[in-house]
Amino acid sequence: MELTKSPGLSRKQGASGSRSRHRRRLRARRWAGWLFALPALAFYAVFNARPVLLSIQYSFYDWDGVGASTWVGLKNYSEVFTDSEQLNSLLHAFYLILFFTVLPVLLALITASVLRQLQGRFTGALARTLLFLPQIIPGAAAGVAWMWMYSDNGVVNQLLRAIGLDGLARPWLGDFAWALTAVGFIGTWLSTGLCTMLLLAGIGKIDGSLYEAARIDGAGPLRQFWAVTLPGLRNEIGVCVTITIIAALASFDVVYLATQGGPGTQTMVPGVAVYNLAFNDNRLGAASALAVVLTLIVIAVIAPLQRLFREK
Amino acid sequence: MPTRTLRRCAPGLVLIAAAALYSLVPLLSMVSAALAPQGSLPSGLSWPSDPHWHNFIDAWNVANITTLLKSSTLIVLGVVPVAIVISTMASYAIAVLDIPLGRVFYTVLVLTLTLPYEIVIVPLYEQVRAMGLLGTQWALILPLVGMNMPFAVFWMRAHFVNVPRELSEAAGIDGASPLRALRHVHLPLARPAIASLALLMFLSTWNQFLLALVLIDDPNKRTMAGALQAFTTKYSTDQVLLNAGALLIMAPTIIVFLFLQRHFAKALLQGSVKG
Repeated sequence: MELTKSPGLSRKQGASGSRSRHRRRLRARRWAGWLFALPALAFYAVFNARPVLLSIQYSFYDWDGVGASTWVGLKNYSEVFTDSEQLNSLLHAFYLILFFTVLPVLLALITASVLRQLQGRFTGALARTLLFLPQIIPGAAAGVAWMWMYSDNGVVNQLLRAIGLDGLARPWLGDFAWALTAVGFIGTWLSTGLCTMLLLAGIGKIDGSLYEAARIDGAGPLRQFWAVTLPGLRNEIGVCVTITIIAALASFDVVYLATQGGPGTQTMVPGVAVYNLAFNDNRLGAASALAVVLTLIVIAVIAPLQRLFREK
Repeated sequence: MPTRTLRRCAPGLVLIAAAALYSLVPLLSMVSAALAPQGSLPSGLSWPSDPHWHNFIDAWNVANITTLLKSSTLIVLGVVPVAIVISTMASYAIAVLDIPLGRVFYTVLVLTLTLPYEIVIVPLYEQVRAMGLLGTQWALILPLVGMNMPFAVFWMRAHFVNVPRELSEAAGIDGASPLRALRHVHLPLARPAIASLALLMFLSTWNQFLLALVLIDDPNKRTMAGALQAFTTKYSTDQVLLNAGALLIMAPTIIVFLFLQRHFAKALLQGSVKG
């Protein structure tokens, strides 16, 4: 909104002669307002925008961080898609979406719709505290917790043995076939509570008369879910999906602590690959190219989702 | 009637109990391992007949918890107040003072809201090294203030645009300078928004891992989350000490959360909706 158009001010200005002078003074004052924004702009420019732009620049060079850098054009980018470790890390990131996003949102939808009628009763302090717990602890600590859960004599194997499935018990994070899925379920653990709380808050805002109308029309619980709950939660589902997809694609903390990408490269994700390329192999250009590709993927996935979930 | 209510409630009860248990089991399992005798091979989830509470004291010492608490607190105190003040000022300038090109600045910030840390980490390392700050807590504080700007300005602007325009206009007509209007008219109203933002930033700073790992070599100068990595490599074979130490490292956020859980719940829900 333009400040000069606001009724309060135009009523206050008197003769039209002083108007242009007034407007000039007003403009000067509006520029002076930048003094308030400058510190934020400076910090943002130096420690956020500049590194982002530099990453793009680095990605076209071969550089070990010490010696001279050489321009290599798109070589680093073609390596992202031909080097099996880098390409696989991207594919792993997409696989993780199943566990970080799809599963938690489905679980949260079921819990929220079952709990709809019990609003406020079981979503009290205790349940809220427990459901938020995975969000509160550092991701790295979650990695340690699950290293222990998945270890040879951890809880997962303890449970399997208790129900007589001894044959399935194994050190899950060290298993070539299962490690990535095991890492995925850590993501499920991290996201489900937050999604449940978000959807519960959203379902409370749906007009109760909509359910009543649906019931009068003879809709059963399942139809009520499709016709009322799901459309009513559109925004909240969008939020869950967006946050958790970013968490899946750009995961680092949990994976770095729990597996470091191993066994072999079975759980290698882009975040860990960028870290290894930059700080173990000293290949800053290659690391930057992978980081740029990862960022573009995040944007390409998130942007259409925003439109899908925001429109009414 | 009561049985009908019970039958109707039962599935919900079971579900929420299962969900809560699911959140809790990994932590309980850590506690059970942490209480086993040192050097023994604990198993998943079992209450040790003879709990070794002393393990926590040993872990406190070997994991340098006192030093880590100080270091993390220092980093949080360096990041959160500065980020709050400058983002509040900037959002005020954008939303209330309507500065020229403010909308452009805001749009750029929002566009970079979802960028992953991976895209900044390599140049940030080089930049912090060139500034001679590598390995000091400044290496984490300064970048984190900058990295927090998109979300913080986004959050505070969302608050300021909802403040009735008449309010700031009235202050302007009364001859109050923009700074006075911010301090005496807007800040009192912004207190809840600022409190939620402070909680969210505390949490993300305290739990910061990747930047801490890369920018600070000495684990004792990192955030607690960042130090966890060094601790796990050192004690990877000692399940008892490892779990006790990891529990101590995650305890501060859990304790703060338990005290402020109502506020945390609100902030986390709003935070994700806005984010």
